[in-house]
Amino acid sequence: MLIIDCPHCGPRPETEFGYGGQAHVAYPEDPHALTDEQWAQYLFYRDNPKGDYAERWVHSAGCRKWFNAIRDTRTYEIARVYAAGEPRPDLSKGA
Amino acid sequence: MGAHQPQRLDVGGAIDRSRAVELVVDGETFTGCAGDTVASALVANGRLRVGDSIYRRRPRGILSAGVEEPNAFALVNGEHNESMVPLTSLELVPGLDLTLLDGIGVLDQKVDPAEYDKMHVHADVAIVGAGPAGLAAAREAAATGARVVLFEQDFRLGGSLLADPASLVEGVPSELWVERVRGELEAAPEVTILTRTTAFGSYDNNYLIALEKRTEHLHGTARDGVSRQRLWHVTARQVVLATGAFERPIVFADNDVPGVMLASAVAAYIGRYAAVPGRRAVVFTTNDSGYATAHALLRSGAEVHVVDAREAGPSARVGTAAADAGLRISTGSAVVGIDGAQAVEAAWVAPIDDEGALAGPAERVACDVVAVSGGWSPNVSLHSQRQGALHWDDALAGFVPTVPVRNQHLAGAVLGTYWTEGCLTEGRAAGLAAAAASGFAAEQSGRTSGSEVDTVAEERVARAGTTRQLWVVEGRDGGYTTHFVDPQRDNTAADVLRATGAGMRSVEHVKRYTSISTGVDQGKIGAVNTIGLLTRVLSGEDTRAIPPGQPGQDGTGSRAASELSGIPAAPPSKPTPGAIGNTTFRAPFTPVAFAALAGRSRGELFDVARTTSIHPWHVAHEALFEDVGQWKRPWYYPRAGEDMDAAVARECRAAREGVAFMDATTLGKIEIRGADAGEFLNRIYTNAFKKLGVGKARYGVMCKPDGMVFDDGVVLRLEEHRYFATTTTGGAARVLEWLEEWSQTEWPELDVVCTSVTEQWATIAVVGPRSRDVIARMAPGLDVSKEGFGFMEFRETVLASGIEARICRITFSGELAFEINVPTWYGLKVWEDVAEAGADFDITPYGTETMHVLRAEKAYPIVGQDTDGTVTPQDLGMDWIVSKTKDFIGNRSYSRSSHQGPGRKQLVSVLPVDRSLRLPEGAQLVERVALGDYTGEGLPERPIPMLGHVTSSYHSQALGRSFGLALVKDGRDRIGQTLIASFLGRFAEVEVADAVLYDKEGTRRDD
Ligand SMILES: [Zn+2]
Repeated sequence: MLIIDCPHCGPRPETEFGYGGQAHVAYPEDPHALTDEQWAQYLFYRDNPKGDYAERWVHSAGCRKWFNAIRDTRTYEIARVYAAGEPRPDLSKGA
Repeated sequence: MGAHQPQRLDVGGAIDRSRAVELVVDGETFTGCAGDTVASALVANGRLRVGDSIYRRRPRGILSAGVEEPNAFALVNGEHNESMVPLTSLELVPGLDLTLLDGIGVLDQKVDPAEYDKMHVHADVAIVGAGPAGLAAAREAAATGARVVLFEQDFRLGGSLLADPASLVEGVPSELWVERVRGELEAAPEVTILTRTTAFGSYDNNYLIALEKRTEHLHGTARDGVSRQRLWHVTARQVVLATGAFERPIVFADNDVPGVMLASAVAAYIGRYAAVPGRRAVVFTTNDSGYATAHALLRSGAEVHVVDAREAGPSARVGTAAADAGLRISTGSAVVGIDGAQAVEAAWVAPIDDEGALAGPAERVACDVVAVSGGWSPNVSLHSQRQGALHWDDALAGFVPTVPVRNQHLAGAVLGTYWTEGCLTEGRAAGLAAAAASGFAAEQSGRTSGSEVDTVAEERVARAGTTRQLWVVEGRDGGYTTHFVDPQRDNTAADVLRATGAGMRSVEHVKRYTSISTGVDQGKIGAVNTIGLLTRVLSGEDTRAIPPGQPGQDGTGSRAASELSGIPAAPPSKPTPGAIGNTTFRAPFTPVAFAALAGRSRGELFDVARTTSIHPWHVAHEALFEDVGQWKRPWYYPRAGEDMDAAVARECRAAREGVAFMDATTLGKIEIRGADAGEFLNRIYTNAFKKLGVGKARYGVMCKPDGMVFDDGVVLRLEEHRYFATTTTGGAARVLEWLEEWSQTEWPELDVVCTSVTEQWATIAVVGPRSRDVIARMAPGLDVSKEGFGFMEFRETVLASGIEARICRITFSGELAFEINVPTWYGLKVWEDVAEAGADFDITPYGTETMHVLRAEKAYPIVGQDTDGTVTPQDLGMDWIVSKTKDFIGNRSYSRSSHQGPGRKQLVSVLPVDRSLRLPEGAQLVERVALGDYTGEGLPERPIPMLGHVTSSYHSQALGRSFGLALVKDGRDRIGQTLIASFLGRFAEVEVADAVLYDKEGTRRDD
């Protein structure tokens, strides 16, 4: 069981959270301006890195806020949580 | 001491001779002492023989003194009738009545009446194992003030020290040292000592799961109010693994005859339990550790002959002590056979060559016990469960952890540190480091904080001495069929040879081909010996075929490793175990009962059950219930003598011809407020809500970006900036999450707040031609006329009872219908009032089954039943609900090529030609011509193209026939066609028809 540090509520057990997939995949400004292929990229294609992954979580059974986290897909360690809408932090610059 | 125990020593051991404990085994009564295990009590009674082996029915004896036991299992008769309990870890308590098992258990079919519970704990430092390393770690960590949890699977603390209570630790006898440490730990306020508790699983984030056995050792009323077992869920900042090591048997002919035992077990029975397994012993060892057993046997008065497989014999220090004690030693030799079937009568000892083959004549050595030591395997299970790295240490002859997992520490024999002082040093360092890493500095306790001590590898090897990797000893007849590798599974060296002969190379394949390591001990006894055996029979070329990725696999044999490095490796002609690696270590480390995992989550407490405020009425009126998500919904209300069909037909008739009512409280309900609520809903739903008038309602469908239907419901506009949306019963939570996601992450600029109000409202649907009369009585002040209260409108009103209500004119049946919404508290009262107001009209309660029939006759889809995430609104025939004038989630997808042109599955109805046949939901639909001459027997010659499947199927009271809804490829073009429904090995003709079968014109809702 992971302990996830909700930016609003603090550390809480994983079972209180919902998972939202890759972060920073914005809804296209004008979907109708995209080709089918570009739209399919938005719909179906996500990264699958071995290592740090910026992803979205929602504190479903708590504050119901969506936020972002950087998680190592090898160890499941969450290095950083940050608010939805914030840019992905550079982990090399420390906390 | 009670009844005579012939093999019990008069002094020594951690047993209480003043407390005799009786034990019944297969009807025979034995007497042991408090402090015994069942196994040690049997040893003290001169009884080594246990049940037979699982397949070959060979006589078996006690092999070990711990959880790795592969032979000695019993059924514990009594309240639980627990099977396959190892005698070696079963504490001797009064009243035990055992039936020995032949390698396989019987599951008791009775309901287990005991209570099992769970604890959830956060710790600073969790320590697994209370041998010298674990105790030293616990003491240091506890002294810093850290919250420490110490797990020990045994009923005593001490680990390896227990086998030698007279040995000195920090200058005092180990027994006393353990008691002192226990005292210190018990005095520390933040320390929890859990004996009889096995940490069996290790997961991410230092999440450990452990099973505590709590009552079996208690007597009489002491058990009252105590759960039988407790599952501990522990999240620890830091973990110290001091899990020790397992001794390996040696693979030689007839190595399973009762009396062949692990050398460490023989030492433990003598030292800890003062029980002597034999009076004439052969100690067959590949390493120095067997000599400790030889000395223990000597001290117990036994004759001892050491057979040391190493040509050079023991290391100098051990050799000197052996010589001083006058031990007889045969070096460069092996036990090559055993005389005796029910018990060891003699061992055949012969010199062997480098390959383990006989190199001279065998000598018969009469004996009653053969203590074997094939080397040691660190107990790395919990380390490896976390993907902790392992490597084969050729000098220690074992798979050893390479580095600890992050936020974990290793100490003692798990690292290959096989001497007590080394264990203490590593344990102290690990305890201090773990406490410091969790924020507890040693300064507080006045102790100095040490950096983690890693005992140098050379010292480990020097202390352990050399180990000969003797993976198999040739038999006198040259065969290997009685060379047991995994006694629990009755697998021998011959089985391993058969596996490699069949082309198996990977240890995972060998495991599954033979079943080695799949028994109760899960490879604790046989896994490394199997790997060792593979090094003897596979060439370096063979191991190049093994895919990489096994725990401890070092790549010396793997093709991938050499190719990755770019260097064409010349594979060694003889691989080491590191070239092969281990099978995967998985939880549980030792068996755990499902009842313990379930805890209190059984029966009524298995899952949360949600009930509406009207539920007591449904129960009182003998409704049968259906689970919808966590909700208990009335399914139908049978009257005396009615079956389900009769009840549903009556309920349907009432709704279509008179009046009926249903508890619709479980629908999800969400309020959406804010200046931009209308714009927000416009983007969420496929149809428009921004211009919906206050006081009006509209049905809406929401889709995912891929254009597929996600949920549906009715939305009311309560005020200018306030909407009220209903969702499907099962979809309420995910719809709320969905709304939050878009409002928070994509459109934070929109002023919108979403709140779940599912629990706040009770909803009663009043349905049927007479529903208007019922509503008129309920709300006398309300104009309920057709002109005064239009379809898809709602009114805030006060009921005759004085209760405020929101009444909507919406329908999910096609009939004239109203929905009364009142605060949850008034749900039951208002329901009862509806029943009374409608009594004159024989108002009939109905459940979900009737609701389904009524809505299916009108082709109102159920999201999740008639849709499956691949269905668009257009597929459902609902083009009208897809706005052409505004954008919304999913809109872009409708112009994708996959949504254009023919071939999409569309919702239609299917009418079985046999009007009484109710098709099973899920039945496949095909064209008759596609069947060819296939009759449904066996498999068809070639795949038959599927056109679709039945999604809903009922008997229609209104139509007087069965019908179904189905998703069919180009279904609307097939209306009028006859297709074949295929189900349960039979075929039935069905006619494809328009989805809506009842009241196509939609006139009834305005009756
Ligand atoms: Zn939160």
